[in-house]
Amino acid sequence: MEDKTILEVKDLAISFQTFEGVVKAVRGVDFTLKKGETLAIVGESGSGKSVSTKAINRLLPKKNTMIESGEILFEGTDLLKLSEKEMQKVRGNDIAMIFQDPMTSLNPTMQVGKQIAEPIVTHKGVSKEEAKKQALDLMDLVGIKNPTENYKSYPHQFSGGMRQRVMIAIALACEPKVLIADEPTTALDVTIQAQILGLMNKLKKELDTSIIFITHDLGVVAQMADRVAVMYAGQIVEHGTADEIFYNPMHPYTWGLLASMPTLDVGQTDLYTIPGSPPNLLHPPVGDAFAPRNEFALEIDFHEEPDMFKVSDTHYAKTWLLHPSAPAVEPPEEVRRRKAKFESLYMGKEEINEMGGEALGSRS
Amino acid sequence: MAQNVGNKNAEAMFHLVDAVERINFPGNEAEQIATDGDSYIKTVAKRFFKNKVAVVSLVIFIILVLTAVFANQLAPHPRDVSVGRFQAAPYDNFYLGTDDIGRDVLSRLIHGTQVSMIVGLGSVLVYVIIGTTLGLISGYFGGVVDSVIMRITEAFMSFPFFMVILTLVSLLGSGLWVVTAVLGFLSWPPLCRLVRGQVLTLKKQDFVLAAVATGYSTPGILFIHILPNVLSPILVNATFGIATAILTEASLSFLGVGVQRPRPSWGNILSEAQSLRVLAYEPWRWVPAGILVFVAVLAINFIGDGLRQAIEGENKA
Repeated sequence: MEDKTILEVKDLAISFQTFEGVVKAVRGVDFTLKKGETLAIVGESGSGKSVSTKAINRLLPKKNTMIESGEILFEGTDLLKLSEKEMQKVRGNDIAMIFQDPMTSLNPTMQVGKQIAEPIVTHKGVSKEEAKKQALDLMDLVGIKNPTENYKSYPHQFSGGMRQRVMIAIALACEPKVLIADEPTTALDVTIQAQILGLMNKLKKELDTSIIFITHDLGVVAQMADRVAVMYAGQIVEHGTADEIFYNPMHPYTWGLLASMPTLDVGQTDLYTIPGSPPNLLHPPVGDAFAPRNEFALEIDFHEEPDMFKVSDTHYAKTWLLHPSAPAVEPPEEVRRRKAKFESLYMGKEEINEMGGEALGSRS
Repeated sequence: MAQNVGNKNAEAMFHLVDAVERINFPGNEAEQIATDGDSYIKTVAKRFFKNKVAVVSLVIFIILVLTAVFANQLAPHPRDVSVGRFQAAPYDNFYLGTDDIGRDVLSRLIHGTQVSMIVGLGSVLVYVIIGTTLGLISGYFGGVVDSVIMRITEAFMSFPFFMVILTLVSLLGSGLWVVTAVLGFLSWPPLCRLVRGQVLTLKKQDFVLAAVATGYSTPGILFIHILPNVLSPILVNATFGIATAILTEASLSFLGVGVQRPRPSWGNILSEAQSLRVLAYEPWRWVPAGILVFVAVLAINFIGDGLRQAIEGENKA
């Protein structure tokens, strides 16, 4: 994997004007996406994950959306400063999207083949015949059988899984550098989910596309992501590599998420749930937004917003628990089990190496 | 199953089938994704052709259109020339008699069909283009654009329709093309509202957002993605529009401000019935024209109904 940053979101803050007032949906989000990597953004409904990614493609309704601050740098250009015309050249061509519900995201009156071919004509300026040829190849690539016959089919003749394959083909039509997948498997049943995720992984490797994967399904994250960002109440509260988030989580919210994920070991006890509900972003709380629901809340959480504390070069978490003067806390059992696994995976290796070194040293 | 088990090779069939065999097994047509091979248009057409009244109406309408197109070949006599006796009841090859100056009524009716079809189809073409475009723009862009277009629409709708037509026709001079144009330019508001309403719901649909995300330009989204989804209500509206236009033209011509003699139209042929003598004693001069207007309008309305039912599909009992 190259270490080239392709997309960088800096201090993005977005609010919506509603009848009740201004909703601060995204409150200072930073993340980067490197070439060829998959970044998963997880969080519960309303945490601002879809809003932040829709902002990248500038798909938010213009009327009531205010981008209060921030930059979205795609290969160095700030997408927020582009005109609508320039943006049209980016959408679908450089940055493509796959939507949640394949049943409603295809035009019911247009042949599926045409829906794949049309963006190729628009962005690549090739002839209709050439675009059709490429569309047929794409249909084959995403696993739609008999492309020539199915080219002329309409969406209603396809099942959900097949339609999502079409959506993926449309998204990949112009070989985008960034693919934003907004809960692409939520509307599908599990066997089809697995197929679609497998397909996306395969295509990512083949085409070297960077993927931003939005989901609230941690199982999916484990299968897809290189890096994970956890969002809560419009902020990223923890980000790190997939292993770091799954096996060495630092933020109590991530603990809650992991503990509430059903695993094979669960059965005797009730599944853990995070108490309460996310804060109303009409009036974002002072301090840590998660504090009221946090069984590990410190007093400072209610007064001041935590900083991003560095855990490792790739792992950061926004919680006062990482402050040197914070008391040591015991994370939930499920998290401790995971941490133990993490230690045996990483720390363990080092120990073995050290021991090996010692052994070698003693021998010589 | 029971039959297969009963035959001699039954025992041979009770073995496990491996993965390769399973895929290559005959009858495994999982390959076929498409559930049914019909496109939307084909489905609608199939439903439409099940409706006998609508099909008969369509045949009548097609005959009328063909009559209009081939009027010159079909008419047994010249249109504006006195060829027979004056005011004669049907005789010889004057199947519907002659009018007060000896012109063949049948020939004039055939040419009148041309007028009705031009006015009907022409004005509908004009208003569908105006109404659809304005409706699409108004619904999609919203805001100030929408408000302005909707206020104009309301202004147009609050004109007393017939009075405005009468005034315009008398100002612009009457004639086939003026009537067509005036009807076209005045009839778009209901269609505009219809299209706007449809676009308002359509533009919130996922596939429109998906199209934006794919990088379509705004006209691309409007005409490639949204327009095809509003075509069916437009088509139904246009069909009824043809009927209305034919009726309005007939009314205008009846009042003498529509198509001017010597060019015949169903309306100005009917207007001869304004004379009591013609009304009472020379029915051949106006009854056929009346029947034609009646049949044409009825047929077109049946087609419209048939189309609507076919499009609404299963919703209809």
